[in-house]
Amino acid sequence: MILPLLCAAVLAAVNQLAPRWATDAMGLACALAVLVLCAVLAAHASHRLVYWFGGFHVRHGVAVGIAFSVDRIGAGMATLVALMVSAALLYSVRYFDEVGSLFGALMLVFLAGMVGFCLTGDLFDLFVFFEVMSVAGYALVGYKIEEAGPLQGAINFAITNSVGSFAMLTGIALLYGRTGALNMAQIGAALATHPADGLVTVALLLIMVGLLVKAAIVPWHFWLADAHAVAPVPACVLFSGVMVELALYGLARVYWSVLSASLAAHTADLRAVLIALGLLTALIGAVMCCAQRHIKRLLAFSTISHSGMFLVGLGLLTPAGLAASGEYVIEHAMLKGALFMAAGILLHRFRTVDEHELRGRGRGGDPGLRVAAAVFVLGGLGLAALPPLGVFFGKSALDGALTPVPGYGWVVGVLVVGSALSAGAILRVAGRVFGGWGERVPRHHEVLSAVSELPETLSPHDRTPAVMVAPPLILLIGGLVVGLFSGLRAAIAAAAAQMADRASYVAAVLGGHAHAIPAPHTPVVTLDFLLAAATVLGAVALAVWALAAPAVWWPLERVQGVATAGIVVLRRLHSGCVNDYIAWLVAGLAVAGAALALA
Amino acid sequence: MSALAYGTAGWLFLVGLYGIVTSRNLIHMVICLTVVQSSTYVLLLSIGYRSGAAAPVFADIPPGSRAVDPIVQALTLTDVVVEATVVALMLALAVQAHKRFGTLDPNELTPLRG
Repeated sequence: MILPLLCAAVLAAVNQLAPRWATDAMGLACALAVLVLCAVLAAHASHRLVYWFGGFHVRHGVAVGIAFSVDRIGAGMATLVALMVSAALLYSVRYFDEVGSLFGALMLVFLAGMVGFCLTGDLFDLFVFFEVMSVAGYALVGYKIEEAGPLQGAINFAITNSVGSFAMLTGIALLYGRTGALNMAQIGAALATHPADGLVTVALLLIMVGLLVKAAIVPWHFWLADAHAVAPVPACVLFSGVMVELALYGLARVYWSVLSASLAAHTADLRAVLIALGLLTALIGAVMCCAQRHIKRLLAFSTISHSGMFLVGLGLLTPAGLAASGEYVIEHAMLKGALFMAAGILLHRFRTVDEHELRGRGRGGDPGLRVAAAVFVLGGLGLAALPPLGVFFGKSALDGALTPVPGYGWVVGVLVVGSALSAGAILRVAGRVFGGWGERVPRHHEVLSAVSELPETLSPHDRTPAVMVAPPLILLIGGLVVGLFSGLRAAIAAAAAQMADRASYVAAVLGGHAHAIPAPHTPVVTLDFLLAAATVLGAVALAVWALAAPAVWWPLERVQGVATAGIVVLRRLHSGCVNDYIAWLVAGLAVAGAALALA
Repeated sequence: MSALAYGTAGWLFLVGLYGIVTSRNLIHMVICLTVVQSSTYVLLLSIGYRSGAAAPVFADIPPGSRAVDPIVQALTLTDVVVEATVVALMLALAVQAHKRFGTLDPNELTPLRG
């Protein structure tokens, strides 16, 4: 974590002096070094590694210092983060025509914040690293500060997330006031002695909302689409692929390490709240995804939808659910990263990512566009869980985790609908842009969507550089086949069991012994194949229908039916106005609080 | 004393949120954000407060005497640094908005909607 910060400082300092290739190479080398270090850490984290900064070790069972406590999920997430940052940095070498090395420096600060967030064992540090990655994120969104879109996107992102992080800090302060500790194991040990009271519930609510704002869970999701529509593509890759998921990781960490014992009596209520939020997010994200024509914004809503699905897995509050979400996150991160990079190839070539303006223009035969086409088709199918590729194993693990929890069997059906909708939208884009199918609707027909065009390059290019083609190709292949490695799946299951084992977490950090709990095992069953087939068929049918009858989707003068009217209302709610977003944030906080209070 | 301090923290949090929701000026909005954050300072400091205790500087007070909690003061200091970063960035965005588009109203920037 120190390494990227140092490198970022050097990069910022030599911004004006060094030639571009030197700063690019240095940034990339640094990210790769972090990748190797994190991978080594993940390989050695089968026993928790605890490191006390400044040698302030535990005295008489009391933690006085600040610790990193690394387990497999944390180290694994850090490895994924470093992998995505490396891919994004490689991609950005030729992506921008004009970019200072400050972009690389910001990416490395972002990397440092995310890795620190994964590894820390201290609740206040969690907040600090959260802020480090947030601030780097705001700056990355507003990187092209001369234009109105990025400016507005960065402002919406910064205000919304800052309010969320202050809520989280308030929650942390309340927990400190109750327990007098900041080390997560210590707080957990102090809280475990009696059941949760009002103060702990309020603290949980505030920390949860702070993290869910970052995780783009409805109704706190508005900033994400705005930020993604305008952020540079390499930054989008990271926001969608790992940052959003890290916030959910933070929630899992706080729940399992700190609160699980004291909330034991309320597990069912918390589960109901989290799964309801997750399903709402999965559906609203998917519907909004279908209603977009700006490709980056469309992918952003697909991320929101998937974030809701991860929350469903996490919200089961079982090790099996955690393992399913972890697996799903890895597969999704690579596929979504590849999709954003393919959108970047289109933006680089044609200076637009409007689905209708690009109709048929992707049919050229050169390698760059062929890769982009492959990414959109296979990425869309992969996100629809085409067996046995893409998110299929994550999805089937999630189904398997849902089955043993009574009363939640129907959730599987909702997830199929959500996946089919968002994957169908991606396939629709593929058909229109690379196949030239479907009708082309001019922009002025659209009343509500006024996302501006944001050329990130000076002029259209007639070919795509190889360094922009390789990263999406690698991520696509990686994302499609990663689920096939049964060793990885077993490791994730073991890691989830390790993370969910609060007693041994406390023992590892504060000293003492505890027995490990067994890893969950969810075999793939026939039902999973049926569900995946239903998702894929639904997605393909949706794409074909949208391309064959585009009039149903776009021109508002011809809209019919309650569904379309509902979409119009939903689109109006995404007003782009930060005042509204904060009002939604407060309302969501109040409703979630009421739900927890009544439960 | 402590009820007043906790009440103040809650009041600052809510009034700051109200300011953000109703604000039509970016600078005003950023300052409201600092008001929200101020509530966390008050909360942290009041959590560490012990009545009748000295400042936690042990150079010139006898060992064993009561002192307020130094940890929350360190946390508050970190919090201030975080705020300085966020506010500086946000004000830079506000300045840029004014310079390029002649407006500080967040709703007059090119709308991202739908």
